[in-house]
Amino acid sequence: MPGKIFVYIDHFKGKPLPASWEVVSAARKIAGEMGSWVSALVFGQGVESIAQPAFHYGADEVLLADDSSLADYRAEPYAALISKLAKDTHPEAVLFTTSTRGRELAAMAAIDLDTGVIPDVIEIKHEGGKFTATRPIYAGKLLAKVTCSTKPTLLTLRVRAFGKPVEDASRTGAITKVSPVLTADQIPTKVVDYATTEGRVSLGDAAVIVSGGRGLSNNPSLQPPAEITDEKQKEIWRAQQGFKMLGELAGVLGAAVGASRAAVDAGYIPYPHQVGQTGKVVSPDLYIASGISGAIQHLAGMRTAKVIVAINKDADAPIFKLARFGVVGDLYEIIPALTKAFKERLHK
Amino acid sequence: MKIAVFVKQVPDSAAKVTVENGVVSWGDAPLVINPWDEYAVEAALSLAEKHGGDVTVFSLGSESAKEALKHALAMGCAQAILLSDPALKSVDSSGIARVCSTAIQKLGDVNIAVFGKQAIDSDTGVTAAMAARILGWPALTLVASIAQLDPAAKTIRVERGIEEGRQIVDAKLPAVMSIVKDFGEPRYPSFMGIRKASKAEIPTWTLADLGIPAPEAKITWPELINPPKREVTNEIVTGGSPDEIATKLADKIIAEGVL
Repeated sequence: MPGKIFVYIDHFKGKPLPASWEVVSAARKIAGEMGSWVSALVFGQGVESIAQPAFHYGADEVLLADDSSLADYRAEPYAALISKLAKDTHPEAVLFTTSTRGRELAAMAAIDLDTGVIPDVIEIKHEGGKFTATRPIYAGKLLAKVTCSTKPTLLTLRVRAFGKPVEDASRTGAITKVSPVLTADQIPTKVVDYATTEGRVSLGDAAVIVSGGRGLSNNPSLQPPAEITDEKQKEIWRAQQGFKMLGELAGVLGAAVGASRAAVDAGYIPYPHQVGQTGKVVSPDLYIASGISGAIQHLAGMRTAKVIVAINKDADAPIFKLARFGVVGDLYEIIPALTKAFKERLHK
Repeated sequence: MKIAVFVKQVPDSAAKVTVENGVVSWGDAPLVINPWDEYAVEAALSLAEKHGGDVTVFSLGSESAKEALKHALAMGCAQAILLSDPALKSVDSSGIARVCSTAIQKLGDVNIAVFGKQAIDSDTGVTAAMAARILGWPALTLVASIAQLDPAAKTIRVERGIEEGRQIVDAKLPAVMSIVKDFGEPRYPSFMGIRKASKAEIPTWTLADLGIPAPEAKITWPELINPPKREVTNEIVTGGSPDEIATKLADKIIAEGVL
């Protein structure tokens, strides 16, 4: 009988990332095919309530480490515990979501366990006792099939690549309590504080993204306040009004706001919004690109979106080639009208 | 302070990348220093300027990776070392981290090792955390800013960029960091820097120099494929007024069932 599949449940202050359930669900499917079972790893303080949804989404057991030394996520104690549990029970694979935490934990556990890590995969097959995973490289310009010759295979699963998680409220399982490996004073880092941006939809797991580019600064009729005299600052101010307008559309659609590298580099919007090869690679159901011409590095970051809508003044912009729907026109006229139209139709 | 920074040479982000018979091609696009690594070099240089010390830049790769090293030298790094060996041809992430860690140890007395967030070709983004683990140093990944650093007390406070915003973390040096774009625009190489870099002697450290055997690759990439072509029917939505266009467009988007 094959060993189990470990799934690390990624959460922030006790709130699981929705992507964690995608991973549990995917693990459930793979375990079913292999005749294996799914063990969910839940670490933190006061996080026992995470076990229940883990069972519902497909975990057979939860290994729960509930301890004050694990209250804040820190790589060292978390990685040490994953590695110890893997050494104790020899799982076939350890699955993570591709998040800031998942990626570094997988990397560190790979060193501890002297095995390989396959980050950010979009497909997993188990054949002949080995996992073969598909992962985008060059920001998705190519796909690579990757295998690992050692056990366990550590994989991080790209957010939204494995479909909607399947929930079954009748599923239950056993909780096994485990203890941290590192004592509080063996942990080399200390979390001082957080500066969180809650309330905003994050780009990585957004189902809808409304994105803006250089074209957002192109509205001469907007008059910046008199105290802004510098031409560059005027341009930035205009573009920021444009992003506010996109924000209203995003609000109606429950969407995240994205941006092209050009817009970020020009100072219109902070970097966490950047979509593309040197920003976030996203795969939403709907991607509305306005004032984005579609440089190769941007297209690489959003080409797997289900439906792409492009709004641009330039009919020759490369973005139109990828777009299901295109509007050749002034985004400053179209976007507010679109916001209004969706408000009426979605009753918001 | 002694700082080590690691850079990789990669095809430019504007390159159209394809694969034919297992061979990757990026056409006539130039090879450049990995864009993420420029932020790492910037971070390393600004730390050295603020707290004293110098920066050694490393690159693991073939002879051509010296171009990426020269870029970093031109930005202001004090010396560059190429890590190269025919036995590293099919090295995987953990092998790369092993070689980088050994180079850090060979250089000696390094206080901070700096990496970029990830390379834009292989997109793995795991080397910094792996190197930290091998060295037994704290892994400060995805650093957006360095709030405090006290070389005498050997303490550092960084802000890490996470999904939920920033996590502010204290650690003891030596430490490994990876740097994200929020850190700030990397400087351009100066004219004097470019002249200096063009004349610089760049030594090569082989596995024998590092005193380690070729790391065994656990990860193999048996197949590279071009992604399936995106089948899409383009439809340009037109109308007599913005309202008419928007109404039509909204109905069409809703009909796609993606909302």
